[in-house]
Amino acid sequence: MVQSTDLSQGRSGTIAMSAAAVETSTGNRGLQLEERLIFEYAHADRSGVDLPEPPKVKDRLGNLRRRGAIGLPGLAEPQVVQHYTRLSQKNYAIDSGLYPLGSCTMKHNPRLNERMARLPGFGDVHPLQPQSTVPGAIELIGELAGWLTTLTGMPAVAMSPAAGAHGEMCGMMAIAAALRARGEGHRKTVLVPESAHGTNPATAAALGFTVKPIAATSDGRVDVAALKAALGPDVAAIMLTNPNTCGLFERDIREVGDAVSAAGAYFYCDGANYNAIVGRVRPGDLGVDCMHINLHKTFSTPHGGGGPGSGPVVLSARLAPYAPRPWVVHDASGWRLIEEGGAIDGEPLGRLKAFHGQMGMFVRALAYMLSHGADGLRQVAEDAVLNANYVMARLKDALTPAFEGPCMHECLFDDDFLKDTGVSTLDFAKAMIDEGYHPMTMYFPLVVHGAMLIEPTETQSKRSLDEFCDAMLHLARKAKSGIAADDFKAAPRFAPRRRLDETLAARKPVLRWRPTNQGPGDGPLKQAAE
Amino acid sequence: MRYLPLTDADRREMLATIGARSIDDLFRDVPPSVRLPGPIAGLSNHMGELEVERRLGRMAARNIAASDVPFFVGAGAYKHHVPASVDHLIQRGEFLTSYTPYQPEITQGTLQYLFEFQTQITMLTGMEVANASMYDGSTGASEAVLMANRVTRRNKAVLSGGLHPHYRSVIETTAHWQGFRTIGAPVDADGIEDISTLVDKDVSCVVVQNPSVFGHVRDLTPLAEACHAAGALLVVVVTEVVSLGLLTPPGDMGADIVVCEGQSLGVGLNFGGPYVGLFATREKLMRQMPGRLVGETVDADGKRGFVLTLSTREQHIRREKATSNICTNAGLCALAFTIHLTLLGERGFTRLAEINHATAVRAAERLAKVPGVKVLNDTFFNEFTVMLPKPAAPVVEALAARRILAGVPVSRLIPNAPLCADLLLVAVTETVTDADIEALATGLAEVL
Repeated sequence: MVQSTDLSQGRSGTIAMSAAAVETSTGNRGLQLEERLIFEYAHADRSGVDLPEPPKVKDRLGNLRRRGAIGLPGLAEPQVVQHYTRLSQKNYAIDSGLYPLGSCTMKHNPRLNERMARLPGFGDVHPLQPQSTVPGAIELIGELAGWLTTLTGMPAVAMSPAAGAHGEMCGMMAIAAALRARGEGHRKTVLVPESAHGTNPATAAALGFTVKPIAATSDGRVDVAALKAALGPDVAAIMLTNPNTCGLFERDIREVGDAVSAAGAYFYCDGANYNAIVGRVRPGDLGVDCMHINLHKTFSTPHGGGGPGSGPVVLSARLAPYAPRPWVVHDASGWRLIEEGGAIDGEPLGRLKAFHGQMGMFVRALAYMLSHGADGLRQVAEDAVLNANYVMARLKDALTPAFEGPCMHECLFDDDFLKDTGVSTLDFAKAMIDEGYHPMTMYFPLVVHGAMLIEPTETQSKRSLDEFCDAMLHLARKAKSGIAADDFKAAPRFAPRRRLDETLAARKPVLRWRPTNQGPGDGPLKQAAE
Repeated sequence: MRYLPLTDADRREMLATIGARSIDDLFRDVPPSVRLPGPIAGLSNHMGELEVERRLGRMAARNIAASDVPFFVGAGAYKHHVPASVDHLIQRGEFLTSYTPYQPEITQGTLQYLFEFQTQITMLTGMEVANASMYDGSTGASEAVLMANRVTRRNKAVLSGGLHPHYRSVIETTAHWQGFRTIGAPVDADGIEDISTLVDKDVSCVVVQNPSVFGHVRDLTPLAEACHAAGALLVVVVTEVVSLGLLTPPGDMGADIVVCEGQSLGVGLNFGGPYVGLFATREKLMRQMPGRLVGETVDADGKRGFVLTLSTREQHIRREKATSNICTNAGLCALAFTIHLTLLGERGFTRLAEINHATAVRAAERLAKVPGVKVLNDTFFNEFTVMLPKPAAPVVEALAARRILAGVPVSRLIPNAPLCADLLLVAVTETVTDADIEALATGLAEVL
């Protein structure tokens, strides 16, 4: 039913209806289409794949043939295509617009890279084919490794980690191995600044280290004095993100590196924010011992709604021997893989993962690097930093910057500008959705109250940044007007869903569809959404 | 540079707005001694699409693609036909270029398909709850052991001799550095081990693969009973998920945690990655699971919707007390998996499994007729082990030279084990034709 008489009270001079109040008979809203679960299609005898009759044989399954149905629904191909197309339209994406999620580096994902990853010689080769049948695939890994070591100024790289956190595991294992080889396995403390990503303390703790948080100074950097005071004979390593999660370069990083090294510990650098310095600074010149590189951030392999990623780890000469298998090496006969090998210094260094690493991501990352080249990558860092500083400059009078001075690739605000407005960082973020933007990272890093971390990336135009800043300024003014808090609390209104009850989800977890809460099958769609 | 929208005029104007004289001004926190004056030496400069395509195309062309030859390579990754619509759908930008669904109002697409994915995994495995994916099967297996250690408060895992050697290595590496113990059973090429004798009151779990890496299919019910009697969990690994279309699911045999490599559906070979790990368990163990979980809820208007839930297990909330350090997972591969399975449906998936098995049976029968070749398996799904009269690795090389990819020599997975040197793993999926089987049999006869 269309309620044509229900006029909005809130806007003068218009006859705009409150969109939230308008109902349609289908539950759809123009291009926003409701979609039932696949299980609510419920016709088991349909299939979207035509397969021939199986050959008749006497089976060799022992007595283990499945009894009873699996319960999978059956859909024809057009239903499947429609289902997932409708679902896709409920997502915000980089392809839709600016995605200022700080610390996540949501930059454009070139489609050339997709095409390259799907070349049969890369996408349709098996990891256990004879190496003689895949020289080009091994060469690709070797060439990417060469780019990574050259760009970072580090002598070695372990390619197999599947994501950033997996890379952290790899690097911290190498540190543990090197310490034991030195007879200093008793070093069990890892220093982690309070601003670190959650994966850092989680990784260190998983490996049996004790995590010791290091405070930040009032200018958003690690407190070097506190760090030096914490360095002792029990310290194994520091895990430091640079640029850090406040979007700031750790000015004293050389001093940190020297102090850590002098104390006999290792320097793990979290490379999540490498995009800010790629091509302009080599981490190897900063004294780091190892650093993971999120290929899905700096080198633009698609985030894919949560993965897959890839997290190669560059290693200093003193950690290089402790890289897990496999190794990619170059010798007189060309590139080859070393898949197995003896222990080093008595330490078993096997695999972190089956096979050789995230090849599909390697191809995309190398295509990205070749496209940019050394010159273009330097420009990437410069434009990423310029864009972030431009957003900071345009917003700094209306929002409250957390720290003074230029930022790197992302700019950080706190919620001081929302004080006494009744609007929280969360409300502000949800109002951004109604303005057509994905919110920035919120409430992270933890060192800033009500943090808003904005990373525009280098692939946004000036016009795009201006429109974004205009929207942010509008929302800041509206919040400060003091009369719009309810509007903010009610946001978003125009998204496929309004605010979701996360407490209910956690209190009574429903993690799967069950036949007992079955929807209406092919019945009216609107009920399926209720 | 085609991916960078700023013009020099934009840059000048933006610097003026910022109040900086030059871009170097913005990098002033970087110590001068480490600022590079220009592009890093030793790397090429930017290239157009055509140049990149030529360069990478030449590299790709040096490899033999699975689809171009008779192909029998498996051992944890399998060649299957993936319908065209899968790849079309996962390349929709709204899926491909979206982040982890932390803002549920504008990521219902991702959240709903993950909820459907989780449901499909519980159905396939016969379990009660499943997470939103792990990196792959091998890392999932290692997470399963860590979870079993948490649940039982014990720290010794028993690893079956039929477990994929790479999986075993991942678990052992994790064990060594994370401080738990493993007991590795001897290599079980014949599929006859009884590891229930290794289960005692210190054991947190037994990790067993079904079908085993050598292809044997076994009833795990007695092992599950032995585990439970000793207070240990049974972790079942499945590296060929298509087998679940035909075999009794691990949940029906008493498994407590099931980990699968999901690469067979939707994902493709990709020279080893990215793949997708499936992770399922019992409801009572839900809060000890690693990784992201999607749950159903309602929005402010009472409409059904989905959110990431139970995140107090995870690193971004719990930091050093998290159940795992995993953050990024295998989202897009999970999408490929779930689309392929949705296309197949009950009928298609079970038929696909039947075709795989029947084709493999025909291949085993044909290879058994090659003089000197012995098939070790009584039971198998779509992969079996053959014993050759000489070392398998050079035989595989000789056949590769004839453009037949015959399988995986066990020595590639377990080097320095003389008893395994002559063993070859042969995988046979729906992509294998009668002519391919004949080519392999004839080729083997010629090179042996």
